[in-house]
Amino acid sequence: MNDAGSRSPLIALSQICRIYGQGETEVRALDGIDLTIQEGEFVAIMGPSGSGKSTALNVIGCLDSPTSGHYLFSGTEVANLTRDQRALLRRHYLGFVFQGYNLLSRTSALHNVELPLIYKGMSRTERRKEAIAALTSVGLEHRANHDPSQLSGGQQQRVAIARALAGSPRVMLADEPTGNLDTKRSVEIMEVLQKLNRDAGLTIVMVTHEADMAEFANRLIWMVDGKIERDEPTRKAA
Amino acid sequence: MLFETLRLALQAIFRNALRSFLTVLGIVIGVGAVISMVTVGQGSADQVTADVEKLGANTLMVLPGEDPMGGGPPGTAVPMFTLRDNDAVHEQISSVSVSAPISQIRSRVVFGNENRQTDVVGTDNRYFEAAQWEFALGRSFSAAEIQSGRAVCVIGETVRNTLFSSRDPIGETIRIKSLSCEVIGMLKSKGASTFGTDQDDFVIMPLRTFQRRIAGNTDVSVLYVAVKEGVSTDRATEDIEALMRQRRRITSNEEDDFDVVDMKQLATMLSGITDILTGLLAAVAMVSLLVGGIGIMNIMLVSVTERTREIGIRLAIGAQASQVLLQFLVEAIVLSLVGGLIGVIFGLTLGYAGARALSVPFTPDISIILIAFAFSAAVGVIFGYFPARRAARMDPIEALRHE
Repeated sequence: MNDAGSRSPLIALSQICRIYGQGETEVRALDGIDLTIQEGEFVAIMGPSGSGKSTALNVIGCLDSPTSGHYLFSGTEVANLTRDQRALLRRHYLGFVFQGYNLLSRTSALHNVELPLIYKGMSRTERRKEAIAALTSVGLEHRANHDPSQLSGGQQQRVAIARALAGSPRVMLADEPTGNLDTKRSVEIMEVLQKLNRDAGLTIVMVTHEADMAEFANRLIWMVDGKIERDEPTRKAA
Repeated sequence: MLFETLRLALQAIFRNALRSFLTVLGIVIGVGAVISMVTVGQGSADQVTADVEKLGANTLMVLPGEDPMGGGPPGTAVPMFTLRDNDAVHEQISSVSVSAPISQIRSRVVFGNENRQTDVVGTDNRYFEAAQWEFALGRSFSAAEIQSGRAVCVIGETVRNTLFSSRDPIGETIRIKSLSCEVIGMLKSKGASTFGTDQDDFVIMPLRTFQRRIAGNTDVSVLYVAVKEGVSTDRATEDIEALMRQRRRITSNEEDDFDVVDMKQLATMLSGITDILTGLLAAVAMVSLLVGGIGIMNIMLVSVTERTREIGIRLAIGAQASQVLLQFLVEAIVLSLVGGLIGVIFGLTLGYAGARALSVPFTPDISIILIAFAFSAAVGVIFGYFPARRAARMDPIEALRHE
């Protein structure tokens, strides 16, 4: 990150609040978050349940809009975009990996990976090429025609990672990617993510509640009650 | 993108083939019913028109008695016509080309071991002209036969078929009551009438023969009138009424004691009834189309709920609301169009079978097919829109969390 100072950061949150409900029942899921993430970082967000880590990821991933505050994505204000503008942002710059894999059932792995490319308006042949490349990068090119039900949990999550990669995003957002997997599979998934970050320079923001998994990242953010309590390099990075 | 959406819709439909089939069944039945009803109705109307042509569009019948619709005192004895009345209409009215006197009864006719209950008609050669009969075999009556009332007759094909099967009846003698009568001719078949009666079921003999040997009086019960070419039947009706009032000495403040019936009016009325019936049936069929549409909406709503997660995934990876809307809308439209297509085939098959069963012409109307098809597409749009909008408005975070 020797050029970090010379360019605007990829993600810059300042005084971000996300408030649900009103008056007595008001819940401050995010309460004045300041956070800057540079291109190429691998950030893990941890915290007890209800600490707002998932909400933070949703705001960073433009699935949700903050109630107040500023969000500069690559130098552009995106806090007040409309639904459809946020959809376009997700389509072109963001990739998602979820805890429950969220693949389309009864649809081949290849077609699942192609899905975001359809919305990008790519031609069929181009799409196929990109999708196979993405599947290859997670080591599943030989499973391209399998349905999710024919794949193990770890394999399904790797297909989901391939889907997130297929759109060539600037950031990959992972919400508890290993939450449904045993330790061995979890480590495999984390190694895939680590490799993507190290070799391809992909920026990754991951929410997890497993400290072992957070150790694969370079930077650890600890949240409590909608606020950032600690922001430090992981032991490995330090 | 639209092509992708279409492919996606087909995939979704075939993924639940049985459910999709049950969903479109309403549309299939609706479209099928509309098309078959209208096709059969149209065929019947065409049949009526063709029958009127065959009957002679310019035909009037003059009957003794008051207008059956008028409702005069029942049971009053009304004088019959005479041959002189007929000849007066035939000769004195310029708008009439031919008037034939007719008297008839139902009676049994016998040949060998065969017999048949049929219409026995007394008239003369003018009837063959007025009703546009042609001879299949033999000849019409000679002047001498009419004058002297000879026992000769002309028969219809149905009578020939019963008494003689397919043999030549000319020169044979048949018995009607106590009269032995020589067959001298047979008329070409006209087939069944609009009302479904057999038009070839009769024995015709000279009027004088009938009056003397069968009826025992000099009455004429009907005048069968052909109106001159280029003259309206209304004009001829007025002329006949004026003449008959004068001949029957009806004063100006008395009602007619006879009635002039216009066959064309009858036919128009009949085809009017056919049209109304067709319209009613089509309206009922339209209702079933509507019900079919509600079925589609129901299934699409279920489908949207079932696929909430899928919608969430699509939104998360960058689908815009309009694209999700389009996806579900296209699915509903494809469903209803496929239903419409099957319905068209089903309706035409049913219409063909119906037309054959009622022996009316099968004349499928391309415009009604297009209308029914367009209507089924419209049903897809209208009833697909609400569920599709619900899908498009989902919050991606909520949708992804849905179990």
